[in-house]
Amino acid sequence: MNNNFLAELSGVSKRFEKTVALDKLDLQVRSGELFAVLGPNGAGKTTAISLLLGLQQPDSGTALLFGKSPNDVEMRRQIGVMMQEVALAPELRVREQIDLVASYYPAPLTPAAAMELTNTTSLAARPYGKLSGGQKRQVQFAMALVGRPKLLFLDEPTVGLDVQARELMWVTLRKLVNSGASIVLTTHYLEEAEALADRVAVLAKGRVVASGTVNDLRALVVRKHINCSTTLTVEEVAAWPEVESATTDKQRLLITVSNAESVLRRLLAADHNLCEVEVRRAGLAEAFVELTQETKS
Amino acid sequence: MTAISMPAGSAPAREHATLDSSMSTARLLRAYLTEAKYETVRMLRTPAFAIPFLGLPALLYLLFGVVIFGASIRNDPQAGLFIFAAFALFGVMGPGMFGFGMLVAGEREHGLLTLKRALPMPPPAYLVAKLLMALMFAVIVTATMLAVLPLGHLKLSVGQLLAAAMVSILGALPFCAIGLFIGVRTTSRSAPAFVNIIYQVMMHVSGLFYPLPKFLRAIAPVWPTYHLQQLFFTAIGVPSQGSAITHAAVLVALTVVLTLVAVRRLALKG
Repeated sequence: MNNNFLAELSGVSKRFEKTVALDKLDLQVRSGELFAVLGPNGAGKTTAISLLLGLQQPDSGTALLFGKSPNDVEMRRQIGVMMQEVALAPELRVREQIDLVASYYPAPLTPAAAMELTNTTSLAARPYGKLSGGQKRQVQFAMALVGRPKLLFLDEPTVGLDVQARELMWVTLRKLVNSGASIVLTTHYLEEAEALADRVAVLAKGRVVASGTVNDLRALVVRKHINCSTTLTVEEVAAWPEVESATTDKQRLLITVSNAESVLRRLLAADHNLCEVEVRRAGLAEAFVELTQETKS
Repeated sequence: MTAISMPAGSAPAREHATLDSSMSTARLLRAYLTEAKYETVRMLRTPAFAIPFLGLPALLYLLFGVVIFGASIRNDPQAGLFIFAAFALFGVMGPGMFGFGMLVAGEREHGLLTLKRALPMPPPAYLVAKLLMALMFAVIVTATMLAVLPLGHLKLSVGQLLAAAMVSILGALPFCAIGLFIGVRTTSRSAPAFVNIIYQVMMHVSGLFYPLPKFLRAIAPVWPTYHLQQLFFTAIGVPSQGSAITHAAVLVALTVVLTLVAVRRLALKG
């Protein structure tokens, strides 16, 4: 076992009756990183997290948390958890929910400090059942970090949040990482992974199909976008063999290509008035679609 | 906000976090007590749970034991004790059965138990908290029953009162075990039905409220309510059937077996 890994799945397989959820999966969470796990529904993200939390046991392979079994409660005292679907006691007030979770840890923050970090102080005396979906997520976030965990597991943390609350959560997450915490994040929002993650793993059919930094993943996709202002028509450009597709948007031409340089040369030659040229590599979203589609085929 | 962002000495900054991850006995005890406190608080804040379980037993005793049959009880104190036993035991059955049955089924289904298993909650705290909640309700119900006793014509010695209170409060335990057993095997939709059926059948065919016809009397020992009622009779000095030790042994065995089976299933399947 490598001691640098806070959490680790090695060669883990897990089946649910006839469905293979994880297929010899390897995943490592390193110290001080924000690690995003991406994948389409059913890719095995939640199962992978469940194994790291000791909620399920692997059929084969090993799951380790701080080098030991996740079933060891002492290891779990170093983690914070925010789950996707959980109905907390609606009768308890926000401060009470946080106080309850704080009692599980050896040296937690005070509920007041956790609420301040997550901007939930104004909700302290409200019964949890009376909160909006977004407010509930914020409270669950406070519950995840009140134990001052070394490692946080956040399953789709920003679902249901408004833009402001989401940005605040992003800022807090970065702040936590900067102060030395590590975070495992699963998300559907690729822009979230793009904005936050130090490292990304893309899961499909229970396997890691790609992992690395966001830039590493984007580099896997050769496709690029050219955005320009031109007198050429969309039909004209779309007919060029190097061009995958071309569309117009507010008098600008959007061209998708795999070899940007040759198309640029041709554009410059064909239109002397060509201006406002922008060349952009495909985003994580496209990388994601391409990577997960390859697995399907 | 920056001032408190992650206070100095926070876990992320610690080099040897594993050394800090053990809990002192005092903090561990606090975790159990906090869990029990909030479990009790939330049930007290649920009027549909708290009002019937806390208020009904004493009210029904007042209705039957004082208002309706008060005069006849003056001549037949044994009948009064029978009614008192019935409502005292009725009061301690409900919180355990419904509290465990419905809450455990719902919390298993809606992710709360999963979250608590992922968090470092001391594993036994989940059930210990519910147990203490049910016992707390049993204490309150017993106290209200003892409080309304002087309004009728029954006279009990301090010794009888203490014995009655002890049997009532400890008597909640087998019903917690039954509720738990149902809660780990049903869904949140079916749990209320199962709990209710068993609750009603146990109350009505065990002789708790009225003397049974002969054929039902023969099978009454099947029900834990019968054994608890006999123990209660012994405690308050009403002639009872069978030996107190046998009744207690039956209740203890039932509690232990159902709890072990349920805990095993919870640990394996959540």
